[in-house]
Amino acid sequence: MTARPLVAGLVLALLVLASLGLGAARIGPDAAAGEGWTALVLMESRLPRTLAVLLTGAALAVAGVVIQSLVRNRFVGPDTAGTGESAALGLLAVTLLAPGAPIWVKMVVASLSAMAGTALFLQIVRRLPVREVMLVPIAGLVLSGIIGAVVTWVAWQADLLQFVGTWLMSGEFSGVIAGRYELLWVAGAAAGLAWFAADRFAILSLGDEVATGLGLSTRGVMRLGMVVVSVVSAMVVTTVGMIPFVGLVVPNIVARIMGDNLRASIPVVAAGGAGLLLACDLLGRIVRHPYEIPVGTILGVVGSGIFLWLLYRPPAHG
Amino acid sequence: MIRITGVSHRIGSAAILHDIDLTLPRGKLIALIGPNGAGKSTLLRLVARLEPLQQGRIEVDGLDLAATPTERLALAMAVMGQQTHIASRLRVAELVGFGRWPHHRGRPGAADRAAVEAALEAFGLAPLRHRFLDEISGGQAQRAHLAMTFAQGTDWLLLDEPLNNLDMAHSRALMARLADLVRGSGRSVVTVVHEVNYAAAWADHVVAMKNGRVVAQGPAEAVLTEPVLSALYDTPVEVARHDDRPLVLHHHWHDQLGTPFPEAPDAARPTVH
Repeated sequence: MTARPLVAGLVLALLVLASLGLGAARIGPDAAAGEGWTALVLMESRLPRTLAVLLTGAALAVAGVVIQSLVRNRFVGPDTAGTGESAALGLLAVTLLAPGAPIWVKMVVASLSAMAGTALFLQIVRRLPVREVMLVPIAGLVLSGIIGAVVTWVAWQADLLQFVGTWLMSGEFSGVIAGRYELLWVAGAAAGLAWFAADRFAILSLGDEVATGLGLSTRGVMRLGMVVVSVVSAMVVTTVGMIPFVGLVVPNIVARIMGDNLRASIPVVAAGGAGLLLACDLLGRIVRHPYEIPVGTILGVVGSGIFLWLLYRPPAHG
Repeated sequence: MIRITGVSHRIGSAAILHDIDLTLPRGKLIALIGPNGAGKSTLLRLVARLEPLQQGRIEVDGLDLAATPTERLALAMAVMGQQTHIASRLRVAELVGFGRWPHHRGRPGAADRAAVEAALEAFGLAPLRHRFLDEISGGQAQRAHLAMTFAQGTDWLLLDEPLNNLDMAHSRALMARLADLVRGSGRSVVTVVHEVNYAAAWADHVVAMKNGRVVAQGPAEAVLTEPVLSALYDTPVEVARHDDRPLVLHHHWHDQLGTPFPEAPDAARPTVH
């Protein structure tokens, strides 16, 4: 038991080292210190990319835990609730209406729009029959599809299809260099906020009656959860595009192993999301080296495999 | 003391409670009894703030429900509704531990840990403490849920049909535990009881409800009588004595198999989930 965190930390450290070492340009550990060109590659490209992947993976996985506790359903993730598409819609709107707006305004608009989309999803879920567990993810997929279609249509009308393509297509990290990923720290901070409120989300998942009995203001926690999910989605979608499955499968795997005591499990979820995404990103860099396959595509294959395995495993008693 | 004044409640167009005035004394095991649809669960849920109060006023030990923050109320009363299935994958001890959350809000101390241990012991859950809720039986999970409300350590405990999934031995054990809590530590328990004999055997104070009104209330001996119960349940009953307490007997009327069910006054009422 005690060796597990150590092994997991070691695996993550090895992945980070591999990510720093691997790329079209060859840099070796012997050349790591000081050399101008090597340092440039490392500090401007490899390190930012590695950090971007780690932050994205961790934040998306934590956002997955949060949205799963908001809707009390394990089969949703931040990528299947219409949140990313809503962020793209907001960004598209601000691009059309106020093209000169500073970047922080665009990000706030994208986050608010993502929040509206998440709120809509929660409203729809509240109206679904409680026992129809599978309706929740289906509703999320339908909502994502509709909002995504609106984004595509508006972009097509405005001749901005290529522009929105970078958000709605499968995400990838090849374009990440220093100065073009820092918004992901905001996503990381939002995930940190979720850990801060971990007990509240855990109590919320116990059901409205229990949460009320324990004196939890369920509305406040719902709002906080929506902020976390929306900010994470907005930052990720606008920086690197849609990253599927991380927010769906990582919380499920962790819950199977260590349960839903979120105070203890959120750090593990974050590490798991970071590790999974980094492994997939590395795989995408290796398969056709020196060319790349987008991490979103790799995850589409790996993630759906894991998800099917989760679905077909015999359910736990009860 | 819980003071209920002028409380009425509707669900859609159906009137569930009519202008209820009721005072529940402290330090007693109080049973709410009555036929299906009498409004007893609704009344309990209103006191427990699980339903928004539509009309009237409810005070718990002087705290006005409408004006007191919910986290303050969580220190005055613990609640268990009928929604007892918990989908979270928590270990038994973790669930019971959340009962202390109103006190520590994230930083449990020694007193909190002691209260959790005591609650686990009281419900015979110590051997199951590391088991996940989805790996134990429904009755065991319900006991874990009850232990959580016990651990909350409030003066008032409000329970909506807590015997639902429990077998005979555990039902008896729970009622005995509630009685012990009242007599031993001076706490107050209000519970909706479906099977009237559990009220007869254990309750100090009984509130009988029918059609959204309180039809009788007082010491168990005074309420659990043949005329009151026969009228309450629309079926003739006999009240005997057993262990120096009332014991309610009803006849099976095998010769009257064709008689229709009593008229349901609440046919329009939606099912409470």
